[in-house]
Amino acid sequence: MQAFTTLNGLVCPLDRANVDTDAIIPKQFLKSIKRSGFGPNLFDEWRYLDHGEPGMDNSARPVNPDFVLNFPRYAGAQVLLARENFGCGSSREHAPWALEDYGFRVVIAPSFADIFFNNCYKNGVLPIVLPAEAVEQLFQETAASEGYRLQIDLAAQTVRTPGGSQFGFEITGHRKHCLLNGLDEIGLTLNHADKIRAFEAARRAQQPWLFA
Amino acid sequence: MAQTLYDKLWQSHVVHEEADGTALLYIDRHLVHEVTSPQAFEGLKLAGRKPWRISSIVATADHNTPTDHWDEGIKDPISRQQVETLDANIREVGALAYFPFKDKGQGIVHVVGPEQGATLPGMTVVCGDSHTSTHGAFACLAHGIGTSEVEHVLATQTLVAKKSKSMLVKVEGQLGRGITAKDVALAIIGKIGTAGGTGYAIEFAGSAIRGLSMEGRMTLCNMAIEAGARAGMVAVDQNTIDYLQGRPFAPKGADWDKAVAYWRSLVSDAGAQFDAVVELDAAGIAPQVTWGTSPEMVVTINDRVPDPAQESDPTRKTGMERALSYMGLVANTPINEIPVDKVFIGSCTNSRIEDLRAAAAVARGHKKAANVKAVLVVPGSGLVKVQAEAEGLDKIFIEAGFEWREPGCSMCLAMNADRLEPGERCASTSNRNFEGRQGQGGRTHLVSPEMAAAAAIAGHFVDVRTFA
Repeated sequence: MQAFTTLNGLVCPLDRANVDTDAIIPKQFLKSIKRSGFGPNLFDEWRYLDHGEPGMDNSARPVNPDFVLNFPRYAGAQVLLARENFGCGSSREHAPWALEDYGFRVVIAPSFADIFFNNCYKNGVLPIVLPAEAVEQLFQETAASEGYRLQIDLAAQTVRTPGGSQFGFEITGHRKHCLLNGLDEIGLTLNHADKIRAFEAARRAQQPWLFA
Repeated sequence: MAQTLYDKLWQSHVVHEEADGTALLYIDRHLVHEVTSPQAFEGLKLAGRKPWRISSIVATADHNTPTDHWDEGIKDPISRQQVETLDANIREVGALAYFPFKDKGQGIVHVVGPEQGATLPGMTVVCGDSHTSTHGAFACLAHGIGTSEVEHVLATQTLVAKKSKSMLVKVEGQLGRGITAKDVALAIIGKIGTAGGTGYAIEFAGSAIRGLSMEGRMTLCNMAIEAGARAGMVAVDQNTIDYLQGRPFAPKGADWDKAVAYWRSLVSDAGAQFDAVVELDAAGIAPQVTWGTSPEMVVTINDRVPDPAQESDPTRKTGMERALSYMGLVANTPINEIPVDKVFIGSCTNSRIEDLRAAAAVARGHKKAANVKAVLVVPGSGLVKVQAEAEGLDKIFIEAGFEWREPGCSMCLAMNADRLEPGERCASTSNRNFEGRQGQGGRTHLVSPEMAAAAAIAGHFVDVRTFA
């Protein structure tokens, strides 16, 4: 996993609540057996005017000029600003894969769906929960000034605006450690292999039917 | 101290805990399907790792499989490749049980696990699928995970997790005639919202829940994720035990007695404290129909389409306007005047034998309305299909002009060929009415199997309680 330390990134606002993972990456693209290449189909149904299918030349498709990701001012954005309950619905990890492949490293919202939130950390994407008022301020400032960027510092757990406002955010020590160092979580867990084996042996003795 | 069911399930699976509360949870059952597993198996192989405990794995192909013309195989080459990749992976690493495409036990993973007795009380159950919450009906700690976590479970038999808060959803009283677990689930989501359960594990309790069959409890727990809760659960009672007895992977003999004695402890203790409590009156629940593009956009059959002009919150108001535009609906239209183009009876929410019996009871002796282009009835598994045919349900559906299909996820998410065309409106027993969920531009209204069958016959939504 790629590490995340700091980012000074262009912000793209997506002003909709309850954005679900079906919208982030529609089902037809889930047929891939790879982890990469989902970026061109991020928000496919909103982003293009035609129906997308795997294998299409996305650069030749008609884009929806009214969808925010297609606004020239947001080209190259790395911070997605969103509303409540972002990432609800399906557990598909293809959603953070698509966001990351497109170039987003941070998603800021007042709340996230649990599974999506968890999936982000496994892919070097930092989901940041800020209070609704703070998110509202960021939406207003993003709209008001072209080229609006945010400075995100994971070690300090802060988001800084160009105007000097600073917001702190929460993250568990474990997630922060993995993200800052780009660690392989499986490798970390296997450090506890003896404990897992001992637990399993005790469980097998107590509830043998679970191991039939 | 008095413990909740969730406390007991959590505590009995903690292998290791860090200072910040991050825990390693032992995983008893790992359900695997073709869509969210290929990258996990590949990752495992690339790292030179082996699966920790093969006997925890139960696998089937469900999302991509066609529901008709099985003799022709899977026509879409990339769908076929995904199913063949699962075949290759399971044949290489092994599993407790594997139900491949066309196997008589094949079906939707959340239907297959319980009916095989592979989902047992007290287990942790995970799957790369958000509707894994279904298995909580058996007093399991069951929830969906991402593909990185699928790989983590394969490699370590554990999951890195943090304990959720607990919510008690209590439904007391008697459900009215024609009111199902689906209506209860939608009524709860209508009350607390699609993010109402975020950060919580929900226990469903109360006399109305105890009165539900295991199939009904599975429907309810299945929809916990649509309320934002990764896990939903119901305490063990005699229904749980009766359902499991004699199933292929359920314990036998002395183990059975020992297991049952333990399972009976899987209830919340009297006086256990929850972080949140929500109460509903069962008698007040009417048939539910969603009108928008989120499961929380739900009203009863006797209501009208809500009017955004009445909403004061600007984000919500914009969301409602957007939903009405996508759904092709006008505010204040009576729900029972909305015509449907297609009907889908199936999905991990509502494709079990009881659901099919309920739909057949409504359809018996009727014909689908002329304006309804197609009614798909998709059993949840091969075993459900065989049972339904033994009871003659297939004939009732076929005589009503419905299509009787092979098992799979089908038009719940339209990864196979079953889908809505742009603008088509569907009465669906599935779980999500998101934009494009059943096909790009398709318009989904979530209802119970009874309400779906009634809409197929009437040609529009109709109150199943007064439908003859």
